[in-house]
Amino acid sequence: MAVELDVFVGNTTIMDEEVYQLWLDGYTVNDAVKVRMEGGVLEEFEASADVLLSDTMDQYRTFQMCERLLHSPAKLANQLLFQIPPHRQAILIERYYAFDDAFVREVLGKKLSKGTKKDLDDISAKTSVTLKSCRRQFDNFKRVFKVVEELKGPLVENIRQHFLLSDKLARDYAAIVFFANNRFETGKRKLQYLTFQDFAFCAGQLINSWTIGAVDNMVEDMDVDLDKEFLQELKELKILITDKDLLDQHKSLVCTALRGKTKAFNEMEANFKNLSRGLVNIAAKLTNTKDVRDFFIDLVEKFIEPCRSDRWTASDMRLYLTHYTNSAHILDTFKHQVVWDRYMGVIKSCIFKMYHD
Amino acid sequence: MPGKLKAKIVAGRHLPVMDRASDLTDAFVEVKFGNTTFKTDVCPKSLNPQWNSEWFKFEVDDEDLQDEPLQITVLDHDTYSANDAIGKVYIDIDPLLCSEAASVISGWFPIYDTIHGIRGEINVLVKVELFNDLNRFRQSSCGVKFFCTTSIPRCYRAAMVHGFVEELVVNEDPEYQWIDRIRTPRASNEARQRLISLMSGELQRKIGLKVLEMGGNAVVGYLQCFDLEGESGLVVRAIGTACTLDKLSSGSAPNTNTHVHPNTAPASNACNSPSKDGKESPLAHGCRSTHNSPVHSACSSQRLSQNFSVSVPTLIFTGMGSGGSAGKEAGPLKTLLRQQTQTALEQREFPFFTLTSFPPGFLVHVGGVVSARSVKLLDRIHNPDEPETRDAWWEEIRQEIKSHAKALGCHAVVGYSESTSICEEVCILSASGTAAILNPRYMREGCLDIGSTDHRFEEPSPPSCGFCHIPYDELNMPFPAQLTYCYHCRRQKVPDVLFTTIDMPPEAAVTGKGCLIQARLCRLKKKAQGEVNATAISNLLPFMEYELHTQLMNKLKLRSMNALFGLHIQISVGENMLLGLASATGVYLTALPAPGGIQIAGKTPGDLSNEHHILTIQKRINDTITKNKELYQINPPELTEEVVGSPIPEPRQRSRLFRSHSESSDELSELDLSHGKKDAFVLEIDDTDAVEDIHSLLTDAPPPTGFYSCNTEIMPGIYNWTTGVQMFTSVRVFRLSNANLTNQGLNKIFTDLCENLLKSFYFKLRSMIPCCLCHLNFTVAVPEEELIQVAVTAVAMTFDKDQTQEKPADKPVTKGCSETEEQLQFPLELCADSSSITTQTSSKISGVPESTNVSPRAASVDYGSFADRCSTWLELLRLKAHTIRRGSVKTISSLERSSPLPEGRSRSLRSNRSFGGSSVPVVKMTPLSFLPGTRIIKYLGIINMFFIRETTSLREEGGVSGFLHSFIAEVFAMVRAHVAALGGNAVVSYSMKECVLMENPNKNQAQCLINVSGDAVICVIETDQESMPSTINVVQTCSSGADGAT
Repeated sequence: MAVELDVFVGNTTIMDEEVYQLWLDGYTVNDAVKVRMEGGVLEEFEASADVLLSDTMDQYRTFQMCERLLHSPAKLANQLLFQIPPHRQAILIERYYAFDDAFVREVLGKKLSKGTKKDLDDISAKTSVTLKSCRRQFDNFKRVFKVVEELKGPLVENIRQHFLLSDKLARDYAAIVFFANNRFETGKRKLQYLTFQDFAFCAGQLINSWTIGAVDNMVEDMDVDLDKEFLQELKELKILITDKDLLDQHKSLVCTALRGKTKAFNEMEANFKNLSRGLVNIAAKLTNTKDVRDFFIDLVEKFIEPCRSDRWTASDMRLYLTHYTNSAHILDTFKHQVVWDRYMGVIKSCIFKMYHD
Repeated sequence: MPGKLKAKIVAGRHLPVMDRASDLTDAFVEVKFGNTTFKTDVCPKSLNPQWNSEWFKFEVDDEDLQDEPLQITVLDHDTYSANDAIGKVYIDIDPLLCSEAASVISGWFPIYDTIHGIRGEINVLVKVELFNDLNRFRQSSCGVKFFCTTSIPRCYRAAMVHGFVEELVVNEDPEYQWIDRIRTPRASNEARQRLISLMSGELQRKIGLKVLEMGGNAVVGYLQCFDLEGESGLVVRAIGTACTLDKLSSGSAPNTNTHVHPNTAPASNACNSPSKDGKESPLAHGCRSTHNSPVHSACSSQRLSQNFSVSVPTLIFTGMGSGGSAGKEAGPLKTLLRQQTQTALEQREFPFFTLTSFPPGFLVHVGGVVSARSVKLLDRIHNPDEPETRDAWWEEIRQEIKSHAKALGCHAVVGYSESTSICEEVCILSASGTAAILNPRYMREGCLDIGSTDHRFEEPSPPSCGFCHIPYDELNMPFPAQLTYCYHCRRQKVPDVLFTTIDMPPEAAVTGKGCLIQARLCRLKKKAQGEVNATAISNLLPFMEYELHTQLMNKLKLRSMNALFGLHIQISVGENMLLGLASATGVYLTALPAPGGIQIAGKTPGDLSNEHHILTIQKRINDTITKNKELYQINPPELTEEVVGSPIPEPRQRSRLFRSHSESSDELSELDLSHGKKDAFVLEIDDTDAVEDIHSLLTDAPPPTGFYSCNTEIMPGIYNWTTGVQMFTSVRVFRLSNANLTNQGLNKIFTDLCENLLKSFYFKLRSMIPCCLCHLNFTVAVPEEELIQVAVTAVAMTFDKDQTQEKPADKPVTKGCSETEEQLQFPLELCADSSSITTQTSSKISGVPESTNVSPRAASVDYGSFADRCSTWLELLRLKAHTIRRGSVKTISSLERSSPLPEGRSRSLRSNRSFGGSSVPVVKMTPLSFLPGTRIIKYLGIINMFFIRETTSLREEGGVSGFLHSFIAEVFAMVRAHVAALGGNAVVSYSMKECVLMENPNKNQAQCLINVSGDAVICVIETDQESMPSTINVVQTCSSGADGAT
């Protein structure tokens, strides 16, 4: 004695957002029913567990049937099988492509390959995101990566148009793609304090200023690959630390500007040369892919950590970097103003974002 | 050679990958009509091919145009091996053959494959050029409009209703031909789909011919069904109501208040606008208007009944609905009435109407439900060209229905429908309808020209109760019914309970709200073969009908209601059981007496524990009744209106009902006497069965707060629909364990199955609260020995809660009544009479004895004078204006509410745009004949589609549920695509006629057949600007029309 078949199909496809979330989160039907019961739908609506089970099954089936379409969201809008109001479609897509910060933090900068996919059960255990959900998120990253890889034009815009995502989510995906492409190291212990949003912000900065797209917006991969010429030019900045006069001159300009404005002045003065060497060396090494990968770890080791141990406040940092950048313009023998601005603009905002506990 | 069909293949999209190597497809298209085939070029390596073909032209007979579908096949070109089929699209071009429907078919169609389902879409353009206005060559019937809608379609008016049309065609089922053993499942499915498409085209054409012969131009309430008789063949049959419809000019747009009173508006127009082309229809058939005063006769009939008004021994209604071939309520003749109103109808073979709602004034009286069933053994159809056997079967049943109606004193049957249930070689044919007396005005030539004159003779009884007045002669009522004077007008006799298969007339006065009432029943039967089996089944049928009827009656009483509308009784046969499901919408008709309660009686008085038990049950029942009254807001108007002082006696009244068939009616009347003429309704507990029954009676859970449900078009008592609409189909199959099941165990399972389904709906649709599930249509089947299948299609519609509460308050039924009285200027004498009746009633009895006090002679005199007076134009006009004003008030109030709607619309449009390529038009679907808040401006043609889906990878598709879920979704998608291609944005009167699922999980296989139909329409949202002026228009038209007629 059992219900052998049980379906409910609406002309307008009925989807419960709560159940959708449970499905996305990788709950099995039975677990989802449990969660829903605890959530109190039953009391609210005097339904029985059977009713809830039947409803959950129906919805899961619907989602599974929709999933194929969600893989290329543009299809969702002009498919004929499900009649879904546009605002619902937007919700479906946005939620489907949403990800857990804990999960993304684990795969950020890793190659989106089969190998990484095999590690998903470890990640699942570590982040307590269900394996099913991990797979979905990982596949989403990979899918977006594959699609935009072959497209011309601005990265964020491509993602937004192809996957019909909100601007915010499209930017996040751009960051993920950018990190995966350049394989930035984000997993080291020293970087653990950084959130995905910190990295996403930095990625945005890098994409806007350091990629080919910053100068030419009609080439492939323009927003994914760093501008090679620019990286070459960065070597020229070395003069700031190799030329003793320039270094001293730079230091005195910065110190003059800073004196009396901060409690950390002494530390700043004492560390100036170290810090300056650190930043300029990072710039000079970026032609090596290996060093590009270590960009964030370098920033932390060479700059953020020393400052933090000297107990600079965030506004100290702001003050210091502003004057450090601007003073270079006054150096008469320093000819690489444009490259310097392009470099320091990004460094500045990245460090501001990354300088926290 | 009267037509040229042109088709152009534009493009495809989302095609499946057919070449694994390249992950692409080399698609081309074959376009076939009749025996002619064209091909497009191959569009290599693309999943979104652009063919932009030339126009393929087919020069064909219009007969073929009607019969054949345009067949489009998408294939993958393969250089070395045979081309692989991707899928097909069948396009019914019938809508293009009618000038008033669609002019072009253009849009994206899902490419459908019976094994893989939908595989991409194709964009097609189709046009038809008809060479001349044919209609001389009688093989075709191009131009006859078909409507599934069972009322006069909005934006048309009925110039004339000609009557019943039926036809059936038979063929061998390809699935059972020898060739099926050697062809692929796909080929066999496609052969079947194509054959059925051809057969329904042919059927429609033949019905069209009959309509033309009768002088009509349309079929309304077109109901087409398939009987899959297996080995014996395939039957496609259809019934409908032939009409002459006139399109209303859009200017006068009468149905502004559609969602309020669906039928009032068009009809009022119909009555009044000067009519015109009744002429062309040479009403050869039976509508000779030799009797000039048909309605006059109606009056006299009333006088008659008034004369003999008396308390008839209190009996019940057992007759109704009982008996396979047994007569229903037999009734005496009322000769006068007969002779005068009926002749027009009697001249035709079957005075049947498939309509379920009617223009005001059309329906004069309703007698009750008539039904007939017969059990047949199927034999192979030897000659498809001579479907005589099946014809004869139906003929037989229809004759029976006709005689039942006659027995009820009625000359017509409305809300008529036919159905079959087949298991192996046994077939149950069923027909049912509502016996009624119709106003013959609509059936006579040129009737509408003189329509106004007819009013002179029109029924003096107010429309809000007239239809309840008994049509039969109470003196010779052989079936037991208790008559009282109408509680509304106090002038005519009404039965204590009224069952009908039609929708509630919109003008009917109701108290409170209605609700869905279902009776469910399982009966085991022995497995048997051939005649033994057929005999066993036909022996069971009367008992089942009786039980179902009893259940309905009990449940009705339990809800304190007194009438059922939309009654549909389905009896389904399986190998080892019969299932019976009766659904209806219960209401409290103000005109009918309040139902008595239910009293429990023990068989063995004296047994104390038993007594106690009975008391408990009695208390539960009483509590339930009280609760239900509250729930459905049933406060009989007498309470407020007429009772001076003394409390109304109705809850104390009891009527008596016997559970078991064996009780004799002698006993019955005896007991009645002992109850002093009150209608005692006693349930006897004499065995465990009875206890079970009572329990099941009480287990029906009421819908949760905020929900209402009904199986009629709209819910009596709810007027202010908002625009939220959600049509759905749900199917459940229940597997019985093979343990020894008893009838009771089965009943419980079946009841739970239905109740749980309802609960699921309420839960799923909870976000729409407050809302009403309308047109809940349950279909039961026994697909295999241990399976019970229930399929439901319904629509959930939102309404405005606050308004509901206000509405009855500001326009209570009673008020309507008093206003009417004013309007009609009742003769003083009558008023005095009725008030005396009132006061006497209040003195505590059921009104029946009361009426005896009124001198019958006096009453009849009053009547005469009343009729005269009523016929004066002034009153008529006022009455009209009154009705219309009422309508417009409602419209306006609902419009205020609907104002946020256009906003919502535009918002969705905007977001739509933001989605760039999104171009899928929204198509709404509803089983109702209208969409709330909108006005239908054009009917584009009938949608009638048949699909087969089969799988050999059932598990991979998510089991049977996954398989059926996607199939139903695909069917919806294909219906929507066809409607959109016709230029429509909605399907009304949608129904799923057939859903046959066969599964074999062991072989990982399943097959399903679905047949759906409906009317494609264009509807527009009603806005203040639009409807306000047009409402005024209607009023003006009315008065001017009437003036002119005078």
